[in-house]
Amino acid sequence: MIEKFNTIVSQAVPLPIENVDTDQIIPARFLKAVERKGFGENLFRDWRYRKDGSPNPDFVMNNPRYTGNILVAGKNFGSGSSREHAAWAVYDAGFRVVVSSFFADIFKNNVLNNGLLPVQVPEGFLEEMFATIDKNPTAQFEVDLEKQTITNLLTGNGTHFEINPYKKECLLKGYDDIDYLLNLTAEIEAFEQSK
Amino acid sequence: MEPKTLFDKIWDAHVVNKIEGGPSVLYIDRHFIHEVTSPVAFSGLEKRGLKVFRPQNTVATPDHNVPTLEQHLPIREELSRNQVETLTKNCEKHGIPLYGLSHKWHGIVHIIGPELGITQPGMTIVCGDSHTSTHGAFGSIAFGIGTSEVEMVFASQCILQPKPKKMRINVEGNLAPNVTSKDIALYVISQISTSGGTGHFIEFAGSAIRSLSMEARMTLCNMSIECGARGGMIAPDETTYAYLKGREYAPNGKEWDRKVAEWKQLVTDEGAIFDTEYTFQASDIAPMITYGTNPGMGIAVDGTIPTGDSLAGSDKATFIKSLDYMGLKPGEKLEGKKIDYVFIGSCTNGRIEDFRQFAQYIRGKQKAPWVTAWIVPGSKQVEQQIREEGLIEILEAAGFALRQPGCSACLAMNDDKVPEGKYAVSTSNRNFEGRQGPGARTLLASPLVAAAAAVSGVITDPRD
Ligand code: SF4
Repeated sequence: MIEKFNTIVSQAVPLPIENVDTDQIIPARFLKAVERKGFGENLFRDWRYRKDGSPNPDFVMNNPRYTGNILVAGKNFGSGSSREHAAWAVYDAGFRVVVSSFFADIFKNNVLNNGLLPVQVPEGFLEEMFATIDKNPTAQFEVDLEKQTITNLLTGNGTHFEINPYKKECLLKGYDDIDYLLNLTAEIEAFEQSK
Repeated sequence: MEPKTLFDKIWDAHVVNKIEGGPSVLYIDRHFIHEVTSPVAFSGLEKRGLKVFRPQNTVATPDHNVPTLEQHLPIREELSRNQVETLTKNCEKHGIPLYGLSHKWHGIVHIIGPELGITQPGMTIVCGDSHTSTHGAFGSIAFGIGTSEVEMVFASQCILQPKPKKMRINVEGNLAPNVTSKDIALYVISQISTSGGTGHFIEFAGSAIRSLSMEARMTLCNMSIECGARGGMIAPDETTYAYLKGREYAPNGKEWDRKVAEWKQLVTDEGAIFDTEYTFQASDIAPMITYGTNPGMGIAVDGTIPTGDSLAGSDKATFIKSLDYMGLKPGEKLEGKKIDYVFIGSCTNGRIEDFRQFAQYIRGKQKAPWVTAWIVPGSKQVEQQIREEGLIEILEAAGFALRQPGCSACLAMNDDKVPEGKYAVSTSNRNFEGRQGPGARTLLASPLVAAAAAVSGVITDPRD
């Protein structure tokens, strides 16, 4: 089971950097856990903290002006490794939506499997989001999964986003893929026989 | 019948069920696991009270964070040791074959699968590591998955996957001497960018591809994901069969003949349609090296770093940030630049052919005194071959020491970390910020370019 996704209205945290790869989201040295906990602390570790371990005041997550559970990132977010730890880190840090103009495939699969919604928007809409947040960090955005829309509540502009209907259903209901597959065991066994 | 691509033939033969408007339920023939991305999947399975559905279709090896020295001793670093021990316990509990550190078949997951003949044409293969695409070199659909998906495969031997689009990349003609499949990979990614393949599965074809050895094909398919693709594949042919024949888990006797006849059907039919197609000329490809922080930022080793003048907005900002990290300047030449580390290894270039090339270049030369070199075989079998073929003597005479198998500096989860600000010419697959250690500066290249740098201590064209 994953957490059910409803409509979200929130401020957004901007990360206007392109090609943010999974090694930046969570460096390999933090992948040594055997349990799924504590990854949120190390999200964007090498940007977020200085070498002595103190928070880097220049990094957006350390700036109290920016809060909310929507992360807005530059194009091609999540490229690189298949490590699901990247999705866990984003989720554990309190985000429920990641907005970008382009996502890497594996990352998109991974976040969807964890109740985190990837919202792919046109380049122009993303630019407007960054500009809005820059001018007014408290600006609110609404993400409506049922309608598949994201709206900039300050400007009133909105856009539609795509999501696979099956994944949408899973998120709305809080189901995961394993629940689905476990119901198919007989069919899978029949398939094995026929091979 | 409608002409089909190689990809479609394999995919369609593995679809158990298709969800209306959703992904397909894809049956998985082989599941490779390692210590880093499996523990959470095992514990998820246990929380649901389940056993591994088909343990005999699963193969395990600890590779990502194992030390490359003194492997007979307990792993010193506690967290790494815990992950390796957890893998061992989970494999025992679920009856999964494990090739652990002391095993003669131990090695990097993507090296041992092919080496043992576990990887075969026509299969679907997954692993919680993005470079699973390596196995596509045998004409199989192989791709990396996340931990939730590892758990799905444990639970049902299936995975839910949307069908990707299809791309064909043709490379025609002959490669120049000293140009390798690593250079093809870096060249193609530099041309189509690190997101050029997103949403696609690539088939590599053309005369230059056909003439590659299995090792070289694996290097190319390994790197296919660095352009954003789900995976890469090459249709099986005589080279594939010759490589597989006689390997531990390869079919034998009558079964072999039956299988080969089946595998011969695994080609893209004339007239089959690809969503995207590119053709490159092998003669345009030089030995390559990267200068930036993604694998698409590559140039010919004797070339100059782009000026970035044609870029604008966030593309430009990203380019500048990347060069700043690397301590390099736009328009600069890399040749002659001093380097500090050389890494030969990883599932990209840790096979026997890579060490042969490296050894051939350095034979009779000496390692530059300021260069630290990590020479890491991809598996125990590769290590043994290095010894048996006498490559070890060549390495040692030139001042290089051989280490023990593992992922090592490819992702620097073990002790093999490049210090901050240091330059490493690396035969691995990623040059992301911090990939080889915090602040490390990675220049990706072939084993030959790495060999040339290791002996001269500066970036050098191996053709000179
Ligand atoms: S060598 Fe690198 S890319 Fe290959 S399996 Fe190990 S960590 Fe992954």
